[in-house]
Amino acid sequence: MNEFLYLYRGGQRGESPDQSQQIMQKWLAWMKDLTASGNLKDPGQPLETEGKVVKGKGATVTDGPFAEAKDLVGGFTIVVADSLAHAAKLAGGCPILDVDGCVEVRPVMKMDM
Amino acid sequence: MELSDHLFRREAGRMVAALTRAFGLHNLALAEDVVQDAFCRALEVWKLRGIPENPSAWLMKTAKNRAVGVLRRERTALTFAPDLGRLLQTEWTLANAVEEMFDPIGIKDDQLRMMFSCCHPRLSAPAQVMLVLQLVGGFGAREVASAFVSSPAAVEKRLSRSKKTLAESGVLFDIADAADFALRLPVVQRALYLIFSEGYHGASAHAVIRTDLCCESIRLTRQLAEHPLGAVPSTLALCALMYLDAARLPARLDASGDLSSLFDQDRSRWDREMIDEGRAWLERSASGTELSRYHVEAAIAAVHTDAPRFEETDWAAIVSLYDTLMEIAPSPVVALSRAIAVAQLRGPQSGLEAIDAVNDRDRLAEYPFYYAARGELELRRKNNAIARDYFQTALALARNPVEQRFLKKRVDACA
Repeated sequence: MNEFLYLYRGGQRGESPDQSQQIMQKWLAWMKDLTASGNLKDPGQPLETEGKVVKGKGATVTDGPFAEAKDLVGGFTIVVADSLAHAAKLAGGCPILDVDGCVEVRPVMKMDM
Repeated sequence: MELSDHLFRREAGRMVAALTRAFGLHNLALAEDVVQDAFCRALEVWKLRGIPENPSAWLMKTAKNRAVGVLRRERTALTFAPDLGRLLQTEWTLANAVEEMFDPIGIKDDQLRMMFSCCHPRLSAPAQVMLVLQLVGGFGAREVASAFVSSPAAVEKRLSRSKKTLAESGVLFDIADAADFALRLPVVQRALYLIFSEGYHGASAHAVIRTDLCCESIRLTRQLAEHPLGAVPSTLALCALMYLDAARLPARLDASGDLSSLFDQDRSRWDREMIDEGRAWLERSASGTELSRYHVEAAIAAVHTDAPRFEETDWAAIVSLYDTLMEIAPSPVVALSRAIAVAQLRGPQSGLEAIDAVNDRDRLAEYPFYYAARGELELRRKNNAIARDYFQTALALARNPVEQRFLKKRVDACA
């Protein structure tokens, strides 16, 4: 089994409390499925939207990361899957897809080759 | 850990009410923003980390933190409620003030205060209802639109106009003033009644949203009945009416999801617990001398729920109650309901005569069940062709697919 990182980008907020609750319940169901199938390695963490970017030899600090809201990483999860294709297939059930967001799937490099 | 249904919606109402008291009515939009932010945070964190031990407390705490942040940042730029303004002068009293505004006992009063504020006399009845649903009930514009068969954009526009009026009115309603309370109470009762009616008789095709409206109006009416000044007989009667009507909701749609008239509802599907609850409220409402329209309507509902079979309904009692209702709160819809009861008691000919005698009948011109009632009575008189025409007219006015299917069946019954 290989590890993969899911990066959640974008996604609309719920328009009403009820809608937010529905979106969240879909997430909980999806996470539960991933756990039940043994594919969830680490549910990960949500990220704040603010941040700083440190750059160059002078370690200049600027406000960042300046991505547009639709590209901003809002959180991550680590899953295990047979292959990149399998991991991508699993990501197809992510509720962020219902609200205009996307999942970036990245294989984690292995230590032992 | 599972979330209870509509937890977010309930909490939204509580938090908006608490924050509006703190920030002042003129900062209503700010209070709504803080609440919206709290839900976004909850969504982001909970979806990955799971639901916390005490979700309500988590939400409240998050809103509290956002509120402190806003107050720190904006206290010089914005003017706040007079009480708060004084407390914001130092960092220490600021934190205390925020703590105090989320006190659970206070929040209950806050919601009632918000309910009364939403029923501002400068707003129309539909505008008041929409505001109560959104600000006290936590419904979104899309949900309100679905309830009132309107477009979300139109509802959004109307809501924002009403909120502007509300914000301009300056101060929240003072629920401690007994005289003002008594004056505003009928308006609040009417708004709650309208929310219920929209759920019970309304045009929305979404059964879910309609049940939601019934449950929400019952919840809010109960809150009103828990307040010493709100617990007058008319409020208790309103509560009784809602329970007794809502008890019959489960039987209104048959197994195939089609509308089922009172004539052939499966009465075993009526909710016995709700009927008992309604009866208890009705008994409590009988103290005092006040006889409100809600008393009479609850009594009518009670007669229906008393009958184990449709044929055993006490129509004489129902007609007499409708006569009383026509004296207290006359309207073409009440007169039409009375005419239908008259038909049950004295036959279709008398029923049709009673319909012909309805004042302001033109106000029913768009109401499909006006024509359906005429069709039903003509059908009983074996005037099938005339009945069919009436049902066709009703069908053309049907407001959703459920009504369409029901009326189509009635058209076919005339063959």
